[in-house]
Amino acid sequence: MHPAPSVIIFTTLSGLGFGLLAFLCLGYPSAGGIVGFIFFAIGFGLAIGGLLSSTFHLGHPERAIKAFSQWKSSWLSREAWLSLFALTLSGIYALGRIFFDIDLTIIGFLSAFFCIATVFATSMIYAQLKTVPRWNSRITPITFLIFSIAGGALLAGQISMALPLLALSGVIQIVSWISGDKAFAKSGTNLATATRLTSNSNEIRSFESPHTGTNYLLQEFAYKVGRKHGAKLRIIGIILAFGMPIIFLSIPFSHLMALLAVISHIVGIFVIRWLFFAQAEHVVGLYYGKR
Amino acid sequence: MTLLPERTEKKLGLVIDLDTCVGCHACVVSCKGWNTENYGAPLSDENAFGANPVGSFLNRIHSYEVSPADKPAHLVHFPKSCLHCENAPCVTVCPTGASYKRVEDGIVLVNESDCIGCGLCAWACPYGAREMDPVEKVMKKCTLCVDRIYNENLPEEDQVPSCVRTCPAGARHFGDLGDPNSDVSILVEERGGTDLMPEQGTLPVNKYLPPRPKNQMDDTDILAPYLEPIADEPDGFFKWLDKTLDGI
Repeated sequence: MHPAPSVIIFTTLSGLGFGLLAFLCLGYPSAGGIVGFIFFAIGFGLAIGGLLSSTFHLGHPERAIKAFSQWKSSWLSREAWLSLFALTLSGIYALGRIFFDIDLTIIGFLSAFFCIATVFATSMIYAQLKTVPRWNSRITPITFLIFSIAGGALLAGQISMALPLLALSGVIQIVSWISGDKAFAKSGTNLATATRLTSNSNEIRSFESPHTGTNYLLQEFAYKVGRKHGAKLRIIGIILAFGMPIIFLSIPFSHLMALLAVISHIVGIFVIRWLFFAQAEHVVGLYYGKR
Repeated sequence: MTLLPERTEKKLGLVIDLDTCVGCHACVVSCKGWNTENYGAPLSDENAFGANPVGSFLNRIHSYEVSPADKPAHLVHFPKSCLHCENAPCVTVCPTGASYKRVEDGIVLVNESDCIGCGLCAWACPYGAREMDPVEKVMKKCTLCVDRIYNENLPEEDQVPSCVRTCPAGARHFGDLGDPNSDVSILVEERGGTDLMPEQGTLPVNKYLPPRPKNQMDDTDILAPYLEPIADEPDGFFKWLDKTLDGI
């Protein structure tokens, strides 16, 4: 799949932002005043920045409001509603916390729930697609959720929670790569089922493409650039996203180390998210003799 | 509405005969022409006369080489357009309701004025039937020529999809696949029409008729046994040469 920057930025930043907001709304840390303001500003900045970035890949962003209409069937539409609930409720909670130093516990719980639910809806946009076997798995929402929660704990400065969550995220990501690498073959879709011309996919190959140039489908779904560096990038991603932050947080706390941990984590998650798209193979590639 | 209808009154669709298709791409051209000049945003091309032309098409023809172990190899031309699936995954993922499946005839359409161009429907389609128009930035797909098949201003023989009307080989058939007595249903029954990627669970309405079995090579020429030119084992001079060369 084509790793569009807008979608990578969106899933990475929004995941982190909603994770941070969930922790803040549960009172971790329960800071008010200027410190609380800065924490919430970062949370809203990431969440809203990510959501805005996602509109850049739309052909007609001016019609984006229509995306609220089909929540009965569409995860994208559900994500729109859930993010609206999450941002509104955590906005109310943040106002109480920052300006009135009150803890609206129930609203806080609801905000945290909707923050996490938003990340779940985002992950289901990908996990629902049978056409991309690597994504079409329960492990997709699990990785999105654990990344968001671990990143939220890290950004919220909850080091004792962040350490095990980061380690767990790394393990889950590795498991997801191992199972994802087998997913396409396991899905049972191949050029034989795609064309029904033979029952043995070794007996058929694409002889000629419909056209000599490229097209939207190939640009969007048969992205191959950089796949050859996949193994190296996986290691880099795991080290940056989880390994380095765990080391930075394990040595005695300082704000510099915390900042380095956060930066390393964000860059690592970008790498992992890039791979999430770049290594995902869409079944339509089969028709073109590509994966 | 992006919820799929429980059932549709008709299942209009195409039956594509892979035995007859000669791979001329006439259907591609007529499809592009009709759908550029009529309903919806025109099918645009970018850099049409440059080094890297790219454009949106609703119908594309692949060619595949099939080489079975026990039969002669053959080449199959393979037209592919929207299959108007009963369980269309492209419809349910649409966040705006722009994509929908019609109750009256089962045609899957895009309301272009509601399309935000997010591309998710194209991601959800296993067949590559949807393409984002590079200029209009809305999703384009086969309409089954909904602006021809009900258009009483056209002569009756033209009230079929443009690709069907154009095909010089008669490889494309249009009709109601929900009616077991329709010509297309009978054709599918007789020729063993198949669904593409049935494991994807899309329940496509369009069916593909497999190529008829080819003649076997050993049946083709009665003189063949008399023309056996080369002995399996060489003899005479060649036996000597073979042995000598082996020995060197």
